[in-house]
Amino acid sequence: MSVDLKIVENKQMIAPPKTSASLWDWVRNNLFNNWYNTILTFVAGFIIIGIAYNVLSWVLFEAQWTVITNNYRLFMVGRYPLSELWRIWSLLTIVSFMFGLCSGSFKGTILRLSGILAGIYLIHLLAPFTASSSKVWLAVQLAGLVIGFLIALKLPYNKRIAIIGWVITIPLVFFFIHGFGILPEVRTTFWNGLLLTVLLAGVAIILSFPLGVLLALGRTSKLPAIKYFCIGYIELIRAVPLITIFLMAQVLIPLFLPTGLTIDNLLRVMLGATLFTAAYAAENVRGGLQSIPNGQYEAAKAIGLNPFQTTFFIVLPQALRAIIPTIVGQSISMFKDTSLVAIVGLLDLLGIAQSVKSNPEFLGRHMEVYIYIAFVYWVIAYSMSYSSRRIEKSLGVGER
Amino acid sequence: MAQSQSSVEVSPMAKSEETIITCEGINKWFGDMHVLKDVNLTIKKGEVLVILGPSGSGKSTFIRTINGLEPIQKGHIEIDGVSLTHDIKDIEAIRRETGMVFQQFNLFPHMTILKNIMLGPIWVKKKPKAEAEKIARELLERVGIPEQADKYPGQLSGGQQQRVAIARALAMQPEIMLFDEPTSALDPEMIKEVLDVMKELARSGITMLCVTHEMGFAREVADRIVLFDGGEIVETGTPEELFDNPKHERTKLFLSQIL
Repeated sequence: MSVDLKIVENKQMIAPPKTSASLWDWVRNNLFNNWYNTILTFVAGFIIIGIAYNVLSWVLFEAQWTVITNNYRLFMVGRYPLSELWRIWSLLTIVSFMFGLCSGSFKGTILRLSGILAGIYLIHLLAPFTASSSKVWLAVQLAGLVIGFLIALKLPYNKRIAIIGWVITIPLVFFFIHGFGILPEVRTTFWNGLLLTVLLAGVAIILSFPLGVLLALGRTSKLPAIKYFCIGYIELIRAVPLITIFLMAQVLIPLFLPTGLTIDNLLRVMLGATLFTAAYAAENVRGGLQSIPNGQYEAAKAIGLNPFQTTFFIVLPQALRAIIPTIVGQSISMFKDTSLVAIVGLLDLLGIAQSVKSNPEFLGRHMEVYIYIAFVYWVIAYSMSYSSRRIEKSLGVGER
Repeated sequence: MAQSQSSVEVSPMAKSEETIITCEGINKWFGDMHVLKDVNLTIKKGEVLVILGPSGSGKSTFIRTINGLEPIQKGHIEIDGVSLTHDIKDIEAIRRETGMVFQQFNLFPHMTILKNIMLGPIWVKKKPKAEAEKIARELLERVGIPEQADKYPGQLSGGQQQRVAIARALAMQPEIMLFDEPTSALDPEMIKEVLDVMKELARSGITMLCVTHEMGFAREVADRIVLFDGGEIVETGTPEELFDNPKHERTKLFLSQIL
């Protein structure tokens, strides 16, 4: 029934004009094409070389990186007891294994993320300052990644298993860190460094997302009670700076709680970060909901779907797809904003950095410390934005 | 000659005397605009009704009131014994009985063609997945694009998308099919493939309401034509009566402009 229109083949196809030029051509056309560009090129060249020379000579010869290497464990896990450190390594092994499993199942973006992770492990494995016991654990991480990957290749229904695996992994992470009476308890004040940063950001990002979706749906609801509650919540939270919320969580809430009842310090901060992010996530999701054309609702109604089904099968999948870049952007900023907890006295990566640089043994080494943690933040934030760009591209296939 | 030809093809069982849609005194306003003025219409089971009219005449609004996409302010609609009220249960019952095809196709862009068609049978009719897939593949065969099952709507041409939309509506096994200008958004070379599917459907004995500008289609398959203008029904009749002997001045004017 389909009509095939064959376009008459054009026998004299003309090749497009050549645009690719050699490197020399490019340099001549863009950098030295007239006298003032030539001058600009030289001036800019000198400035760039000067900066690069100074930075490199500082990084390679002047900086004393022993402040980092001697305190590496502090930066990573802070005051987590040495005798219980195997728990952190074990949970990291599970996470590595899950990354491997997902890489084998989904390929694409997660595979590249695992590649970055493997690179980080490898650099630490080869670094001369790494303790030999840590080297063994790092090798275990790499093995976990590879084994997970190979298992996924052989496994049927590997995607479903990978997703279920993550759902199991998350409580397992907390079990290993905290102990919950089965393993010796490690109090939350000892969860420091990068461990705390990742944990805090992870909890806030993962929990705020479903909460944000609910708030956004509530805000677009026709029921006035729900609608105005959601509007009130979102607008109130968005009017308050995150640092205020952290201070309130830290100082105010204990004042209001009845005597005898205490909520763990870290838990309060996590709750604050989650509730804060949820309000922003809600507004992002609402933007996505508004991008769905009315025709989609009508088509869903016309085939008889109820409002619940319409929301979950038709509207949300499309809305969330449309806002992946914003959601990841927000996650990146949440990840960086966790450093504000250092101000309320928690020892996250930044908090540890501050205490390390005030150690008299390493006096005046603050440059090295801050550059190192900036680099750690950058690696993680860049991995997130890189994966967002890739996900966006891969979801573009077959859309509209 | 053409007359006898078409009456052979429309099987006698298709048209019964049983009324399936009754519209009494329908009035609708958009704000202060009175867009439907006292519309009365009854449609018999198996009838193919084509609704014509200039743009802005209320014909699209009218067809959208039948499955409750546009609420009415006054009047009464009854479909297969169910009154269309504000009760969501009634509206959902009526939507299960009616399939609708839109001008802009409105396929779900994030699902494959097959999933688009299977969605209704699985979640509304609660059919097992295998059965729903069988229905979907049969319908794709019927509309002539079985090979597109695993593609996404964005990868199909307009004509193919509209045929998928028809298959999606048919998957609910409706008693009534509503077409809201199904070919208006299509490139000229794709109109025919959609009209061919609709003609085949008209002959199958399903009740059809079709808002369209395709006069050839109206003349060929309609049992009855209704002309809308200014929110009212101006004239009703068989294609022969309406096209060859229009009674009303406004019908004559409309036909002179369009033919």
